Amino acid sequence: MARLIIILTLFCLVAAAALAKVDDITKGPIAEQERLKTVTALKAVLPAFNNDIDKDAKDLVVGQDKKGRDIKIKFYTGKMDENQVGTAFQVIAPDGYAGDISILMGVGPDGKVSGIEIISHKETPGLGNKIQKAEWKNQFKGRSIDDGTKLAVKKDGGEIDQFSGATISPRAVVNAVKRGLEIYEKEYGNGG
Amino acid sequence: MADREIMSSEIADVQPISPPSTLNLKEVAGDFVRGLWEEIPLFRLVLGMCPTLAVTTSATNGVGMGIATAFVLTSSNIMISILRKIIPDMIRIPAFIIVIASFVTITDLMMAAFTPELHHSLGIFIPLIVVNCIVLARAEAFASKNTIIRSAADGIGMGIGFTLVLILLGSTREILGNGTWFDLPVLTGIMGLFNYEYQPMIVMILPPGAFIGLGLFVAMANMIEERRKGKK
Repeated sequence: MARLIIILTLFCLVAAAALAKVDDITKGPIAEQERLKTVTALKAVLPAFNNDIDKDAKDLVVGQDKKGRDIKIKFYTGKMDENQVGTAFQVIAPDGYAGDISILMGVGPDGKVSGIEIISHKETPGLGNKIQKAEWKNQFKGRSIDDGTKLAVKKDGGEIDQFSGATISPRAVVNAVKRGLEIYEKEYGNGG
Repeated sequence: MADREIMSSEIADVQPISPPSTLNLKEVAGDFVRGLWEEIPLFRLVLGMCPTLAVTTSATNGVGMGIATAFVLTSSNIMISILRKIIPDMIRIPAFIIVIASFVTITDLMMAAFTPELHHSLGIFIPLIVVNCIVLARAEAFASKNTIIRSAADGIGMGIGFTLVLILLGSTREILGNGTWFDLPVLTGIMGLFNYEYQPMIVMILPPGAFIGLGLFVAMANMIEERRKGKK
């Protein structure tokens, strides 16, 4: 009996040692990949910038959830030669067809959307997942809080296309972007 | 007459007359080939269905999942074969699982570090290779009873067999359901030449498409096997 315990313990020790080594090797590259992913998404939603954007990020409290805990959003500020070109932050659409849709949106100093990027979603392939298409995402460029009711899907009387057979996903994204603009307005005020 | 035959075969078993290397080679080749058709995991053993149904939404996913599984299968087969005399019978299953889980974690971390896109699209199914029945089944049924080289051949053969079916199913679903193959516009491109827009069969990308596709393929494999047997 004792022999069995010893052998199994030895197995676990060797496995743990091997995994620790592999973790040590891959830790750096994995962190780097995560950073690259963030930077690539930021580049897609903001005008050209040349600062170390992931260091120029700050957490702002934008409200409280149902349990009274602070909701924090990370704001990334893009700068070109010290001139602020835009702010990017992540908003979540909780009302997608299948789970949350996370969206990274960039807003210029004039309060207009410079671009949006879908970070993650579980929408139906072939229907709702068309929100990832560049043509669709580009419709948000130049939109601002002043657009009011125009910033909605066409079915709801706005100007953003929906897809045949899929209105829920585009509507969720539009609403999230709208909320994002409201948050931006509150935090940065008129003219950023 | 019959007795003499049995006796002679027994003698041949006990005293290998031909040099062991050539004898092994034939055996090893047999172990390798068996995984490709005769015991091809998804069609004939019908093992490892869960990841198959879940990840084969595209050909790329099929390749990624297949290679990851083949790597785990081969490494764990080799490791378990090396350790087969040390592992006591009573605790063999936990010991196998530790070996398999270690290799899966290594694969998971490596993929996260070096193929992040693929890692992202395969998601939870990489860690779930631990519970893929093929891996444990080959460890229990083959690697724990056979030499290192034969176990390696078995692992590689089974791994390739598994990968081939994943690619087949992934390609079918991607071409029909999305009009593309390895992200190349195959059906959409051909239809585009004739100025038609390809209307994808979305159901093929969705979970029901996995069941329909796999069911048809298994039926086809069974039919081919029946024919083959009939000819003999």
